[in-house]
Amino acid sequence: MSTVAFAGIAILTLAAALAAATLQKLMHAALSFAVMFVGISAFFFFLGAEFVGLVQIFVYIGAVAVLIVFTILLTRHDVGKVRGFNWSGVFVAVAVFGGLVWTISKTKSLSIVPQQIKPVTVQRIGELLMTNYVWPLQCVGVLLTAALIGALILVMEEKS
Amino acid sequence: MADSFDQIFIRAKQWLLSPISCRAPDWLIQVASSLLNIAALLGVFLTLFALISVLERKILGRMQNRYGPNRVGPFGLFQPVADGIKMLIKEDIVPARADKIVHFLAPVLIAATAILALGVIPYGRNMTPFIIDGGILFFFAVGSTTELAVFMAGWGSNNKFSMLGAMRAIAQMISYELPLIITVLPVVMIVGSLNPDKIVGAQSTYSLGFVPHWFVFTPWGATAFILFFVSGLVESNRTPFDVPEGESEIVAGHMTEYSGFKYATFFMAEYIGMFAISGLGVTLFLGGWHAPVHFLEFIPSYAWFFVKLSILLFIYIWLRGTLPRTRVDQIMNFAWKFMLPMAFTCVIAAAVWHYTGRGLRGWLWSLGVIAVVYVTLSILLDTRRKFAPRTYRFAE
Repeated sequence: MSTVAFAGIAILTLAAALAAATLQKLMHAALSFAVMFVGISAFFFFLGAEFVGLVQIFVYIGAVAVLIVFTILLTRHDVGKVRGFNWSGVFVAVAVFGGLVWTISKTKSLSIVPQQIKPVTVQRIGELLMTNYVWPLQCVGVLLTAALIGALILVMEEKS
Repeated sequence: MADSFDQIFIRAKQWLLSPISCRAPDWLIQVASSLLNIAALLGVFLTLFALISVLERKILGRMQNRYGPNRVGPFGLFQPVADGIKMLIKEDIVPARADKIVHFLAPVLIAATAILALGVIPYGRNMTPFIIDGGILFFFAVGSTTELAVFMAGWGSNNKFSMLGAMRAIAQMISYELPLIITVLPVVMIVGSLNPDKIVGAQSTYSLGFVPHWFVFTPWGATAFILFFVSGLVESNRTPFDVPEGESEIVAGHMTEYSGFKYATFFMAEYIGMFAISGLGVTLFLGGWHAPVHFLEFIPSYAWFFVKLSILLFIYIWLRGTLPRTRVDQIMNFAWKFMLPMAFTCVIAAAVWHYTGRGLRGWLWSLGVIAVVYVTLSILLDTRRKFAPRTYRFAE
């Protein structure tokens, strides 16, 4: 059963990723990109990492996909036009894939027997964030606040 | 006796599953059980949608001193059936220049996400359809997908009104998602869990036997609930925040180019979203399925849930009959200048309440924190001094 589910999710994710790379219309590509995010979050659920899966949907579909879609809408005038095939994209993709395969094949394989770990519940993540990782969390908070204020300053009306 | 009434739906489900429960493999039972849950959810909430659509028109009619629908069936109760048939046999028009696939997928996606959000709300004792540890997070994760669906509707229609409506909808949804989520935080902080069942469980006790420990009865809870309710109004695009579909300005916003059953699907998604957000409000602040007084616990838990839900839905309709539509810039200013600071104040007030002992002292302290911030904000945001002819940025 789990193999079937895995295969289903994998096919969905890969198909969506392929569609995002090959579809002619930019907006369709962006939307299939969002479908791919759903596939990835399904993988997280499948692995029992509920929290990460939910955050994946929350951040990547609720924010990043909307951001991408808006960027396309607001910056390009030829949204409806059909593009030609992009060979440099293929080159980059092959290079990245080759690099990843090379690195993975160089890595020593991990021991087969998995370590016994506690299930990663939301509660445990919260506890760790508030104890061991409180400084990184605060730093991220400051960074995001700075980004927010910066964005506000950029769009602020100039008083003449 | 009371217990058997309370658990009648659980028993019914077990009875339905009993033919396969001994022989079939585990996964099949799980799939069958999930399908039963989904069927029950759809059955209940689509009926509620039909009922509310006619009741809303009746109540609005009453408020506007007219009859409302009263031709079909007794008291016009069969009006939704007539509406449904009308919607089904209408011609489905797709604009020639529309993006056909996106235009088709938008209502599907928006309805699917609205229904998914219903899955994590506890409707009664042992009656949570899908128990997820991060249920609250799931609710908002699924809810955030709605923005993409609205965008798809606006963009796929290839119409200026649609696009403008979608932009407005997304702008206000994103702005109000922030206060919506931050007002949930104090509850999550106090309970220490994102699990809706545990949140309901934390509100199950009573002081002196008749004062329920619902979060709405604490100062931070009451403030958070009001903010949550207003944000919920915006998220479900209801009056007074219905600028995305303001008929007098942009026809019907992102739904302009939809007709027939696709339009009905949008309509349904909007109502189901309203049920979901009210259901979450009941769960978080109004004690979920618990009775308001201890000796009334013999009434089945799901009845209490739906009573509370109906009250909230009535307030939605009441507001629609009372308030005029706000302007876009007013909505945005309200979100960023008032809602967000107040939402953060709720978080601080909840912390104060917790550290001053959760009793009367904590109650007064947190009330003090909220009052100070509220008064400061009202002085800072006072617009009476600045009354002047309105200036336009993009128009003469």
